Amino acid sequence: MDLRYSEQEIAFRDEVRAFLKDNLPTEMADKVRSGSGLNKADMDAWHAILNEQGWLATTWTKEYGGPGWSPVQRHIFEEECCRAHTPRIVPFGLAMLGPVLQKFGNAKQKAEILPRILSGEDWWCQGYSEPGAGSDLASLKTKAVRDGNEYVINGQKTWTTLGQYANKIFCLVRTSSEEKRQQGISFILVDIDTPGIEMRPIKLIEGGYEVNEVFFTDVRVPAENLVGEENMGWTIAKFLLTHERTNIAGVGFSMEALEQVKMLARTVKRNGKPLIENPLFAARIAQVEIDLEAMKITNMRMLMTAQKQGAPGPETSILKIKGTVIRQELNDLARRALGPAAAPFPAEALAGNLALAPADHATNAAQYFNNRKVSIFGGSNEIQRNILTKALLEL
Amino acid sequence: MDFDLTEDRRMLSDTLNRYLTDQYPIEHRNEVAYTAPFHDTAKWSEMAELGILFSFAPEIAGGFGGEGFDVTVVFEALGRALCPEPVLPALLASRLLQAAAADQSELLAGSIHYGVAIGELDAPYALEEITTTARLDGAAYTLNGRKSSIYGGHIAEVFLVAAKHENGICLFEVSAKDAEVSSYGLIDGGGAAELLLDNTPAKLLLADAGAALQDSLDIGALALCAEAVGMMDVTKDTLLDYLRTRKQFGQTIGNFQALQHRAVDMVTEIEQARSINIFAASRIGEADQSRSVSMAKNLIGRTAKLVAEETIQMHGGIAMTWEYSASHYAKRLIMLDHQLGDTDYHLERVMAG
Repeated sequence: MDLRYSEQEIAFRDEVRAFLKDNLPTEMADKVRSGSGLNKADMDAWHAILNEQGWLATTWTKEYGGPGWSPVQRHIFEEECCRAHTPRIVPFGLAMLGPVLQKFGNAKQKAEILPRILSGEDWWCQGYSEPGAGSDLASLKTKAVRDGNEYVINGQKTWTTLGQYANKIFCLVRTSSEEKRQQGISFILVDIDTPGIEMRPIKLIEGGYEVNEVFFTDVRVPAENLVGEENMGWTIAKFLLTHERTNIAGVGFSMEALEQVKMLARTVKRNGKPLIENPLFAARIAQVEIDLEAMKITNMRMLMTAQKQGAPGPETSILKIKGTVIRQELNDLARRALGPAAAPFPAEALAGNLALAPADHATNAAQYFNNRKVSIFGGSNEIQRNILTKALLEL
Repeated sequence: MDFDLTEDRRMLSDTLNRYLTDQYPIEHRNEVAYTAPFHDTAKWSEMAELGILFSFAPEIAGGFGGEGFDVTVVFEALGRALCPEPVLPALLASRLLQAAAADQSELLAGSIHYGVAIGELDAPYALEEITTTARLDGAAYTLNGRKSSIYGGHIAEVFLVAAKHENGICLFEVSAKDAEVSSYGLIDGGGAAELLLDNTPAKLLLADAGAALQDSLDIGALALCAEAVGMMDVTKDTLLDYLRTRKQFGQTIGNFQALQHRAVDMVTEIEQARSINIFAASRIGEADQSRSVSMAKNLIGRTAKLVAEETIQMHGGIAMTWEYSASHYAKRLIMLDHQLGDTDYHLERVMAG
């Protein structure tokens, strides 16, 4: 048993740390730290900085322009990025579609699409969930009917994250009504500006816009946009979901969030003393710190298994469940710590003239509400429990 | 033993519930709650005409109520409708004016808005920690300090301000036009203000006001508890409707035992919340008023968080949206813990005995 990083891994960590120190623009890090919201230009700029270094597509092999990192290296990179307050890498093209095309795409698709993901020419979004198909994704109804050299798509997708920035969308569509619902699904690539597509923003609980509904009315898509064979979409979807699970525990986020909460609790006062000296609040912090310390090891144990076996197993659902609960607990503490100062509407809190909360914490309540999503998206924690019940417990 | 409301209170409750259902539906509520001035003057007047403010004061002070249950019936109804109107500051002010034996006829008629300025940035909850000070020059008082997070302060014409003077806490009246008032909207709807006092002229209402201020804070916390109970009942109904109608995997999701048991746990906690709220209301005016209210605020703070979070989670996405009413109930249920003492603050008060 040896819980230390190897010498090479430490050297890698130092390299990442030095790179971020030299290349992450201060204003960008400030925006991330204060939760004041990144725009498309910020995200594009950060992608370009990483791409220049060859570190953008963290899960891709060198063959396709990735760095060819091991799971542990990816983890180190994530951890350092969180520590430095970088924007997160937008996953839809890079972490999701990229690996799908590398595994299931044809030569033409790989040659045309992958470079455009790296360069930022294409911004992909995801057309998976539908109003009637959330946890039960296989019940999706959006239809694609073959008509000569085209498919004609009709239906509706929802929860499409950052679709407002996208020029492309990858979709799961029904191409056949088989007895077994999973067998009639295909994976297809669509240009957002194809006639018949309408994107409508969904306003979220805290007032922000990051997800959308996408409506398809007689949308004609070239048949060559199909990925893999017709009706093999479910296999691709399952493959993609395992990739979506890289860094699912969010350990880096939580480590940074813990530091932020501690700093905040040293700043704000209760009963004439810093909040961190209040035994009830200190106990809340200690409790989540203990959970996080265990999570770091659980995460590394599963990463090492993935590194040895080549693929993560169903036990990564444990990371999703516990990792999101810890993140939400930290959001909860960051909100609580502010007392009444957490209450102003985020836009007013950020305007700065009220100065109720320390500048980096003005949107803590909004972040708490927004992050209720992490235990719902990417397969809700209830669905993760179903997976574990079957695959791990064999019940 | 009898857990039924008196005839008068039931009538008030029915009337207010009916009024809010008809006149303050969620769409209108959201429009008012998130747009300055976070207040509907016409609806406010109509609500005042129903007599809800009179129920806060006893007959001797010009009202027809003033007991714990007079407060809880009104706030439970306000909670059910998620009403953003500044009724809470009126309640706190009524209590303070009564203690100061000051006239409150305009307040009870709803024709004047008071802001109650007790908490400060570094003393959000505990009365003893405040640092705003009063100074006496000749016959006139002036105040210095910053009062923070004054709910309803954005439309207040008059502020009732707690300030230190000669080692005691006194209650002063400050006209809004004599002070700097900085207004803002709240994440869960409604408005508030910061009050900046810089040699601001003030009128002394009550010297040695510690007990009166604590009483006012107690009543306010009780009102928030009742508001939460009203909100939780509605939120629970919304969730149960969803569990009964939403289909996944070929059946309504309410068929899944994993969700059934969680819904039952939620309902159990809501019944406990209802009970502690009744208990606290019954102790108003008794020696253990403060401790009883703290018990209620602690329990209800925990329950409100459970109900808000579980409702969002079991809806699986839809309750994360602005368009869905439960998201607004969830926000208010959570943020209510940031008002007049959170779960930890009230737990400490219970621990202190």
